[in-house]
Amino acid sequence: MLQKITTGGEKVIQCLEREGVEVIFGYSGGAAMPIFDALVDSKLKLVLVRHEQGATHMADGYARATGKPGVVLVTSGPGATNCVTGLLTALMDSVPMIVLTGQTITSMLGKDAFQEADVTGITYPVVKHSYLVKNAADIPRVMKEAFFIATTGRPGPVLIDLPKDITQGPCPAPFIDTVSLPGYVIPGRGNPALLAKAAALLQRSRKPVLYVGHGAVISGAGPAIVALANKLGAPIVNTLLGKGACPEDAANHLGMLGMHGTAYANKAVANCDLIMAIGARWDDRITGKLSEFCKDAVKIHVDIDVAEFNKVVRPDVSINGDARLVIEDLVPLVERAETTDWWKEITAWRKQFPLKYAKKGGLRAQYVLDRLDKLGGRECIITTDVGQHQMWAAQFCLTTKNRHWLSSGGAGTMGFGFPSAIGAAMATGKPTWCVVGDGGFQMTSCEMATAALQKVPVKILIINNSYLGMIRQWQELFFDNRISGADLEGNPDFIKLAGAYGIPGKRVKRAGDVDKALRWAMAYNEGPCLIEAEVVKEDNVFPMIPAGAAIRDMIIEKPKVRMEKPSGST
Amino acid sequence: MASSSTTSPRGTNFELDPGKAPRKLSVADITTPPLHTISLLVRNKPGVLVRVSLVFSRRGYNIESLVVSPAISTGGIEGAPGEFSRMTITCSGDPDTLEQIIKQLEKLIDVVHAIDHTGQSVIESELVLVKLKADLKNRTEILQVAENYRAKVVDYGPESLILRCAGDSDKIDALVGLLRPFEIIELVRSGKILMARGLEET
Ligand SMILES: Cc1ncc(C[n+]2csc(CCOP(=O)(O)OP(=O)(O)O)c2C)c(N)n1
Ligand SMILES: [Mg+2]
Repeated sequence: MLQKITTGGEKVIQCLEREGVEVIFGYSGGAAMPIFDALVDSKLKLVLVRHEQGATHMADGYARATGKPGVVLVTSGPGATNCVTGLLTALMDSVPMIVLTGQTITSMLGKDAFQEADVTGITYPVVKHSYLVKNAADIPRVMKEAFFIATTGRPGPVLIDLPKDITQGPCPAPFIDTVSLPGYVIPGRGNPALLAKAAALLQRSRKPVLYVGHGAVISGAGPAIVALANKLGAPIVNTLLGKGACPEDAANHLGMLGMHGTAYANKAVANCDLIMAIGARWDDRITGKLSEFCKDAVKIHVDIDVAEFNKVVRPDVSINGDARLVIEDLVPLVERAETTDWWKEITAWRKQFPLKYAKKGGLRAQYVLDRLDKLGGRECIITTDVGQHQMWAAQFCLTTKNRHWLSSGGAGTMGFGFPSAIGAAMATGKPTWCVVGDGGFQMTSCEMATAALQKVPVKILIINNSYLGMIRQWQELFFDNRISGADLEGNPDFIKLAGAYGIPGKRVKRAGDVDKALRWAMAYNEGPCLIEAEVVKEDNVFPMIPAGAAIRDMIIEKPKVRMEKPSGST
Repeated sequence: MASSSTTSPRGTNFELDPGKAPRKLSVADITTPPLHTISLLVRNKPGVLVRVSLVFSRRGYNIESLVVSPAISTGGIEGAPGEFSRMTITCSGDPDTLEQIIKQLEKLIDVVHAIDHTGQSVIESELVLVKLKADLKNRTEILQVAENYRAKVVDYGPESLILRCAGDSDKIDALVGLLRPFEIIELVRSGKILMARGLEET
């Protein structure tokens, strides 16, 4: 009998299996059919999404929640272009992801074939690396390299464009277990001389701050950072994406810094004499006006990516390496520093400027999120979309576990929250809350079909303010309240919408009903469910450092005087 | 187990510990953006040129000249013939942006290394071909200039001449300056290539 020859498509799937992939998020089409065909005989689980963007965010959520690469499989042309936003989102936040795109047959490349797009060309700026496979024999090497590149060093998305004749034709090439990438270096431990220098600076500091970013989450540096903070007597602040690296409920943790960070975190940063960035990149949402940012403080920067050094800030010491390894090596080099006075200042700020919100005048998003935090939110994964609800969730839902907070930071992608929750829940089986705005939810709400089908324990919490709230806030504060394109008139009945997918939902309008609804959703794990919180329409996120302003220009509540248009990047 | 090989760790070209004082812009930084020359060793893959040029175009920087050629065996890296290429890029830019550009080039998977040779002692060379209107009246004068610059006449027609000259870019500039009063019909320069002196890596 004739032995069946492995096709390129089958080889691709076998390579995925060898990499330990369990789930693929995909959407089919002509050019991808040989690969989908190969899935029939594989134990890989295929999750059929409803839009390719959803697939990318699901894979992203899967990756953020586990550290394992998320895998996407789509067809050529429009299927591939629908992935561009997801690639940008993953690249900006250093998320390992593999995106497989079908492509027209090699002989038709560049000839405007049906559903042909120059996908590698379109995606160059939004990938860590990419491949166009023109020879089936290259499949094992390309697949091996792609996973290696996506998951090592500073992680990121890798795209593989697979022409149909390659996936349909034979691929007798053997599997490959090693990669050779000259010039590709994976930083590990820090340089001992620089570690010693950093330790000496830390030791001398009387007002240190440890500023923790996503790199700390990715490398699992949290416990080492906590040890360092305890030993030194230094406070910890984290970025939006750094949430979860170190427990935010600890006494030495001041919560989030930056544009909508806590006032006491920002005051600490503005008054420190040393700031050490650990896997964080001095984003403009953090520094505000750069010429004023920590002007006289010593700056230490720990990062896996040398290109982050001197990009925004010129640090006094830059240590290249894996955040966990660097901090672990640093801990034994320091001793307790004298920071008692520093803590007196910080404690006073904490007392004077707590996070607060109006308790009267209707249901407040902050209250709902505060209750979520108190009723078990910290045991769940929380994903968010982008907007006011995201900032309130960051402020009020404390994150105490690594990889329990998933949010699109660098790209600020609306539509990310819900699909990423599906991916995270599929990866971990953990109850996953997805805090979304009424605007952003509608960008990927079609994935309710996917969530219902997969019976994932995703709890959709819509903070419905009938507005693109963050836009409305800026227009109110900086554009004389001239509301333009921010009113979400025409919103659907979200409960009915969920009902159409067989997803149970509850609407809350009064503070008194919040606990009951949250408890109901906490207890419901048979599949997705939805809570729509109808909140006050015109509320604002505070504190706020207007874009491009100095930290000391932070506003704690709505100012009486008219404000300048922000000068910062966005 | 997966492994990777390399010649020199990335970023070794950069001082990771630049000292306390932030760099102050000097007058020279602001007024005359100097030309920098960067040499790259890259994997010879489709798309590598796009990836490299995107690093510049994204920042609104123009590449002044770019030379690409196949590389033969390089220190420590065993490559099959045609596996690696050399790129020599000349560009202008302020030092901070240039530092970013080089680091971002280094980050590209297909780039083995990127080295800024500005201010370094290097051998550099460029080639120029100049086609000139040349009649009996001015022919001798042109040939005199050519001789002075060791430019070779590679095409000798009744009404035109083509000169070829190699040398560092300043010399080529000077030659072209001297030829300008004559009628230049066409001029093609190869762009600069360079090589670090001694055992330094290019
Ligand atoms: C894809 C995309 N488009 C536009 C924006 C700009 N943007 C940022 S926040 C926001 C409003 C979000 O509204 P909503 O989802 O209702 O959340 P809210 O701010 O009201 O909580 C918009 C339009 C974005 N971040 N992403
Ligand atoms: Mg809204």
